[in-house]
Amino acid sequence: MSVENKHGIQDPLWVQWTLITITIGFVAIFLALPVAIIFAEALKDGLKTYAIALKDPAAWSAIHLTLLVTAISVPVNTVFGLAASWAIAKFEFKGKSLLLTLIDIPFAVSPVISGFIYVLLFGLQGWFGQTLSDWGFKVIFAVPGIVLVTIFVTFPFVARELIPLMQEQGNDEEQAAISLGAKGWQTFFYVTLPNIRWGLLYGVILCNARAMGEFGAVSVVSGSIRGKTATLPLHVEVLYNGFNVPAAFAMASLLALVGLLTLALKTYLEWKVKQQRRELALVNE
Amino acid sequence: MDLMWKHTFGWLSLWLVSVALTGCDGSSQRGEGGVKKVQLLNVSYDPTREFYQEFNESFAAHWKATKNEEVYVEQSHGGAGKQARAVMDGLEADVITLALGYDIDVIAERTKLLPLDWQSKFPKNSAPYSSTIVFLVRKGNPKGIKDWADLEKEGIEIITPNPKTSGGARWNYLAAWGAALAKELGGMEGIRKATPEQRAAADKKARAFIESIFRKVPVLDSGARGATNSFVQRQLGDVLLTWENEAFLALKESGGDQVEVVVPKLSILAEPPVAVVDEYAKKHGTQEIAKAYLEHLYSPQGQQLAAKHFFRPNSAELISTEQMAKFAEVELFQLKDIWGSWAEAQKVHFDDGGIFDQIYQPK
Repeated sequence: MSVENKHGIQDPLWVQWTLITITIGFVAIFLALPVAIIFAEALKDGLKTYAIALKDPAAWSAIHLTLLVTAISVPVNTVFGLAASWAIAKFEFKGKSLLLTLIDIPFAVSPVISGFIYVLLFGLQGWFGQTLSDWGFKVIFAVPGIVLVTIFVTFPFVARELIPLMQEQGNDEEQAAISLGAKGWQTFFYVTLPNIRWGLLYGVILCNARAMGEFGAVSVVSGSIRGKTATLPLHVEVLYNGFNVPAAFAMASLLALVGLLTLALKTYLEWKVKQQRRELALVNE
Repeated sequence: MDLMWKHTFGWLSLWLVSVALTGCDGSSQRGEGGVKKVQLLNVSYDPTREFYQEFNESFAAHWKATKNEEVYVEQSHGGAGKQARAVMDGLEADVITLALGYDIDVIAERTKLLPLDWQSKFPKNSAPYSSTIVFLVRKGNPKGIKDWADLEKEGIEIITPNPKTSGGARWNYLAAWGAALAKELGGMEGIRKATPEQRAAADKKARAFIESIFRKVPVLDSGARGATNSFVQRQLGDVLLTWENEAFLALKESGGDQVEVVVPKLSILAEPPVAVVDEYAKKHGTQEIAKAYLEHLYSPQGQQLAAKHFFRPNSAELISTEQMAKFAEVELFQLKDIWGSWAEAQKVHFDDGGIFDQIYQPK
């Protein structure tokens, strides 16, 4: 097997192989091995561990809560991502680059800080906490708080994916549709959405994976009430701290499985997006 | 093409439908068959997880028998400091069962959630059970660690959590400090009789001792349970400083062939207190049951369960001699004998800029 350089210039063979060995070694030790260990530990006593782990009502409540939080935060961020990328890619307005920077905030701050921000806002000692409490609303240490921080943390995924795609596409097709008499929503559903569908799906899947797996921010606002405000990642921690290592790994393997599925889907979609861009480039020529 | 985006769109609407469905599935708290259902939230620290799991069942049975009401007690566990903070920030605990009085003092001082004299609401300073600080070492005690002085030996590693976040870690630290003072001044009697100059000189020695301990700490976990996991699961360190109950639990969970408990001659009397968080209980209408819940800790069943989970019961007469046999004889000193109060100890040692900050340099 020969390794060809894209520019036709050959690095010495030993450089190529050293780099390849280092990369594969790193991937194996830091990525593949831990994932393998999760499954090995979880399956050590066969599927029995899963049966025991799933007998615990707290496990089901954690799964339920995780699905609920994801089911709210992903659509919200999808709608937001579509709106934001549309605004940024198709319109010209003042403060556009500032808006782009703001969208990236959740990527830049640590999730723990994101959690604290919401405690400062909605906690009993925070800005709105007392008022909310008087009205009988619970935000922090309840499901709404967990949903809020998850939305915050997964905020940029869809928008970040769509903005470059939409910018590249421009609005020629939309203008053509409108000049042919299409209404606004018709243009969106028949022209824009089909054009961005793979990118959109890609963003949604990344958003979904992160929403399910978020630990730091959720841990701050959850209060970890067993069977009530513990999401799947928090439940894994509780099990591990409760000397219940096999069950912890069984639950962790469920999360890892979601992660692997995401990875497979992501690879497929990436390929699709690339294909679409290539088609687009051909059309533009 | 059309089919494709419809596919995408359909997938998204599937999400929305599942939101609606899961949203509807909110668990109802209304009871079945006319039996009133009550919920309590007990916010506690790390090592009480297993004890309260069993105690909650005992209390539910007791309440059902006396009042014919179903009660379900929810649990939340974590480092005591973090838990106290969460209660202040709005985690609506009906009762708190924390690692040390100071954390509850802080809640009472900074919020109006419970009265300042909370500690007088239940017998024995609101401490239904107590514990002390002991050592957990590897099986066979290969490094020969028998008492506090052995922690100064070269070439050993000590595991203790971070006193900034963990109540247990603060007890560890103060136990070590007290032991060093007692060594310098000739026992607890000596500490009581020492002149201020003698005490200051001994404090200096104690500080050096604590410094040498923290130089040997490879990792500072944020809570007692994290430290136990570091020592037992991850096999870090030669000795773990921890609660007596946590040490026994770790011994039990690891099957008894990996670690053993070493009890020093002198240690600190650690009294984890309990309190009703009045304002939250009032809001939930659970004042009566919250009080009954904590009183149940003092009942024979409560005390026996505490002993079963390796907490030293405060009414030893309620416990069988065999049950009590596992608690080794140890001379216990009280925090107030050396520092006066938790607030004082906290200010001198653990507040920002205190002695711990001065001596601990992360590696």
